[in-house]
Amino acid sequence: MSTFLPHFPATFIVTGDPLIYGAEVSIVLATVGILFVLTYFKKWRWLWREWLTTVDHKKISVMYLIAALLMFFRGGVDAMLMRTQLIRPNMSFLQAEHYNQIFTTHGTIMILFMAMPFIFAMFNIAVPLQIGARDVAFPYLNAVSFWLFFFAALLFNLSFVVGGSPDAGWVSYPPLAGLEFDRGPGENFYLLSLQITGIGSIATGINFMATILKMRAPGMTLMRMPLFSWSVLASSILIIFAFPALTVALALLLIDRLAGAHFFTMFQGGNPMMYINLFWIWGHPEVYIVILPAFGIFSEVVSTFSGKRIFGYSSMVASLMTISVISYVLWVHHFFTMGAGPGVNSFFAVATMCVGIPTGVKVFNWLFTMYRGRIRLTVPMLWAIAFIPIFAIGGATGVMLAAAPADYQYHNSFFLIAHFHQVLIGGTVFGMLAGMYYWWPKMFGYMLNERLGRWAFWLFNSGFYVTFFPQYLLGLMGMTRRMYTYPANMGWNTLNFISTMGAYVMGIGFIVLVMDVVYSIRFGERDVTGDPWNGRTLEWSLPSPAPHYNFARIPTVTSRDAWWTSKQERSRSDAPRKLEPLQPIHMPKSSGRPFIMSAIFFIGGFGLVFNWYALGFLALLGVLVSMLLRSLEYDTDYYVPVEEIEQTEAALGRA
Amino acid sequence: MSRPSTHASNTASGSLWMYIVGFVISIALTVGALWLVLARQFSTGTLLTVILLLAILQIGVQMFFFMHITDSPRPQFNLWILGLGMFFTFVVIAGSVWIMSFGAQGY
Repeated sequence: MSTFLPHFPATFIVTGDPLIYGAEVSIVLATVGILFVLTYFKKWRWLWREWLTTVDHKKISVMYLIAALLMFFRGGVDAMLMRTQLIRPNMSFLQAEHYNQIFTTHGTIMILFMAMPFIFAMFNIAVPLQIGARDVAFPYLNAVSFWLFFFAALLFNLSFVVGGSPDAGWVSYPPLAGLEFDRGPGENFYLLSLQITGIGSIATGINFMATILKMRAPGMTLMRMPLFSWSVLASSILIIFAFPALTVALALLLIDRLAGAHFFTMFQGGNPMMYINLFWIWGHPEVYIVILPAFGIFSEVVSTFSGKRIFGYSSMVASLMTISVISYVLWVHHFFTMGAGPGVNSFFAVATMCVGIPTGVKVFNWLFTMYRGRIRLTVPMLWAIAFIPIFAIGGATGVMLAAAPADYQYHNSFFLIAHFHQVLIGGTVFGMLAGMYYWWPKMFGYMLNERLGRWAFWLFNSGFYVTFFPQYLLGLMGMTRRMYTYPANMGWNTLNFISTMGAYVMGIGFIVLVMDVVYSIRFGERDVTGDPWNGRTLEWSLPSPAPHYNFARIPTVTSRDAWWTSKQERSRSDAPRKLEPLQPIHMPKSSGRPFIMSAIFFIGGFGLVFNWYALGFLALLGVLVSMLLRSLEYDTDYYVPVEEIEQTEAALGRA
Repeated sequence: MSRPSTHASNTASGSLWMYIVGFVISIALTVGALWLVLARQFSTGTLLTVILLLAILQIGVQMFFFMHITDSPRPQFNLWILGLGMFFTFVVIAGSVWIMSFGAQGY
């Protein structure tokens, strides 16, 4: 396999399925279309200067958001295809092999290429603005993180048409994912793209931890920090300590596959169960990595739209921190049935039930914040309120699954599928959509249409219940996950049909959401005040969208809900505020290297997928040269002069 | 921010030497561990102990030369995070050993 001349496998371009032919044609057409539009409107230079080389956290946030919505679409189409295949017994819409590929890509994309960029979009737009910073601690590294994610997502999605998709499930357990049972390049695509995006995620975790600990405005002590920033701190801690376990698991499996080692084979002393252990050391904290920022968003949204400060701020902080530590000692509940023994299973079962306690504290705090508040039922608030019953039921079924002896019944059944979709969609997706509607005016300068937003919400929310409640019953009736078809006499037909109908309603809800975005670009209400929701935290003190340096003057914080306090003070006294003179602002320079270096990562990853070692090593060299060049670069920053700040602020209507 | 810049003077030329020294030591520790395994001079027990010692030294080198553990005037964050890191490391190692022994430890 390892020659210097590229060795093309027989199935380099995937053929033989009408769905894939359709995808190939549409990829080519979309690419040609994008190239044509960019050239016709002479936008290449604009694209490079404004977006591909930017280190501005607000623009990086926009790019993360667009990528997350695109991946949401791709993962959602996978889900529609699966539900269509299961609508009736003995369907032949998808072949078994194709079904395997689709559930694998659905899971991988939704967790790593939809949920992760979605939370990073929220990190990037909100955290620096909330804590009164001008950018993140390491803006260049932030761009590196985004482009590594972007090219990893590209590499992963490429597998659909080049070489074949991975098909061993999103967890990719050996020996099924090992070389002896899975020779094709699909698994390599999975391993390498996750490895590349994992580097970006760890860097983002470090970046935001440093930003939150080191770059808060004067007076903003940790206990005055908005709860979303607290949730990002908790999530970043988990990213830093959990992702290395994934890196190790994937690297060892990759060495098994590429170099013929025996870490996870069943021969020569290898042990495939060690992969399961390592994978879930990352995998369990990962679900908390994506849920904690959603908790933070709900805290902001519930407090803003109830017109009250959050109930029990300190207990919210304490429960966030407790969850981030406890969630690290739960991972065995994903494989109770592996048979690690009653001692192990009991410990992890009890630990799993314990994590419900701080989560319960948070739910009650949200309810008490709403209690006797002046509630405004805006779209973000609708998502936040709908989250609570869904998450409560998801939590209850989670505790059922956590009971290790009973888990032998539920394990890998549709009961489990229903449970984790309930907490991941009801928690993370609802949270991110709430955050998207909430911060959209801050990102783009206009509001999303509330009417279409309500339609999208009601379709998605009611579709959700119709999709997943039948799946609990199907699970209890013995339907296991990942089965591509089932016989007609199992009594599963009606419930599967209802579930698929619900999935279609969710799909329509997503389409309405996209319509809302498209409609609002043209007709959305412009946000001229910068504070459309009557917000409480510092990001609403800035114009929408904020100037590239964020704060002309760094605010001094005297209390929690800093912007709310300063609005109260202003309404009490008419005395003109004394403004300090402007100072030149220290800002990072744009750089094309994050984009180029990540593109080289992509090329190297693509080479290793097909065992083209020469290409892999060349790319590794390119990455090292990029890093060396960065180390020797000293002209990385500049000062925005006072006159320019004055002009910008005046143009935005600010004194 | 420890990024080198034309405006900040926090990167003295001394730190360049620190990086080089740290780099050489960390490479030496890595190559040393590999060589010990390949050379097979020790019994398995001794070998594992020596490699673990080298790994602990490596942590120290990384912390001191690259992570600037001594730079911060207020070390509380560092201590908290280091403590948390130690805890998580303990959980991963002890947990994995316990889980992968499959009940052989008796309960």
